Amino acid sequence: MAGMNPNSANVGIVIVSHSPLVAEGAADMVRQMVGDCVPLAWSGGNAEGGLGTHAVDIMAAIERAWSDAGVAVFVDLGGAETNSEMAIEMLGEPRSGRVIICNAPLVEGAVMAAAEASGGAALARVVATAEELSP
Amino acid sequence: MIGEGWKKVFEVSANAALIGGLIDACREVIAANADHLSELDRAIGDGDHGTNMRRGLEAVYVERSRLVQLALPRALEEIGLTLVMSVGGAAGPLYGTLLIEIGRQLSGANGRIEFARALERAVDAVARRGRASPGDKTLLDVLYPVHGEVVRRAGLAGICEVAQRAARLTIGMRAMRGRAAFLGDRSIGHVDPGAKSCALLTAAICHFLEEQWPA
Repeated sequence: MAGMNPNSANVGIVIVSHSPLVAEGAADMVRQMVGDCVPLAWSGGNAEGGLGTHAVDIMAAIERAWSDAGVAVFVDLGGAETNSEMAIEMLGEPRSGRVIICNAPLVEGAVMAAAEASGGAALARVVATAEELSP
Repeated sequence: MIGEGWKKVFEVSANAALIGGLIDACREVIAANADHLSELDRAIGDGDHGTNMRRGLEAVYVERSRLVQLALPRALEEIGLTLVMSVGGAAGPLYGTLLIEIGRQLSGANGRIEFARALERAVDAVARRGRASPGDKTLLDVLYPVHGEVVRRAGLAGICEVAQRAARLTIGMRAMRGRAAFLGDRSIGHVDPGAKSCALLTAAICHFLEEQWPA
C-alpha cells in the first residue's frame, strides 16, 4: 500500500525476558539476522529495573513492534508468559486477537520466527515455524 | 455472619474508611512479612515474592487517597490494575486478575451479584490465567478453600483459620506451575510463597473486617 511503513506488512516480533540483558541480546541477534525488515521490540526487567517482567512494559513493546499482520511474542519463564497474556488483554480487541505467545525457546524461536516473518509469511506460519523447535 | 457483613459492604460501597482500612491492613501485613515471603521463595523460586508484593502494596498505598473515593467494585479493579503494573512477577497478574475480576463481577450486575459468586468467578479467572488447578501448589490452594468457606457462610474467624491451614497443606504438594515446577519433587516440603501471602492477606482482611463488624 502506498505510503505505508514497509515494515508493517511483515509480522512483528517481541522478546520478553526476566533479564533486560537477555531480552536485548536476543533482539540484537534477531536484528543481525533480518535487518530492519521485521518490526522488533523487547521488554525485560521489572518496574524497578530488577529481574522480572512487567505487563505495561510488555504492552508498550508490542505496540512498538506492531504490525497489522500480527505480532509473535517470545517469553522465557513463568511470569513472563503470565504478564504477556495480561499485556495482550490490555491491548484490547481487535489487536489482542492478532498477538500470539509462542511455545518456543526464546532465542532460537525468535530468530527462526523473524527469518520466516522477513519473507512475508502470515502470523500462523511464523508461529508454527518457531514452535517446531519445541519437542 | 459473613453474608450480613458483605451486604453491609455493598451498602457502604462508597465508604472510604472501609477501602482505606483494607488497603492499610494488606499493606501492613505484607510489609511485616516481606522478608519471610522472600525467604520462602528462595527455597523453591527466585526469592523475590516478598519484595515484589511489598512493591505492589506500596504502589497501591500511593494511590490510597484516590482509591478511597471510589465505589468498592471500582476500587478493587483499580487496585488490581495497580498490582499488575507494579508487582513484576507472576503474582502481579494473578492477584491483579483476582481483584479486577471481583470488581467487575460486583459492578456488572448492578451490585446485586452475591460476593460468593463474584469470588468464585474471580478465582476461576486466576486459575485460567495461571493455567493451574487445585493441588498444583499455588495461591489457588488457598483461594479455593477460602471460597468454599464464603459459600457456606462461615464466620470471619473460620475463613481466616481455613486459609492458614490451606497454606500449610501446600508443604506436601509438588509444584506444577511457576519456577518451583522446575524443582519437581524437591519442591515438596516447602510452603508455597504465593499460598502463604494469600493466607496472610486473607487473615489481615478478616481481622480488619472483624473490627469493623463486631459480632
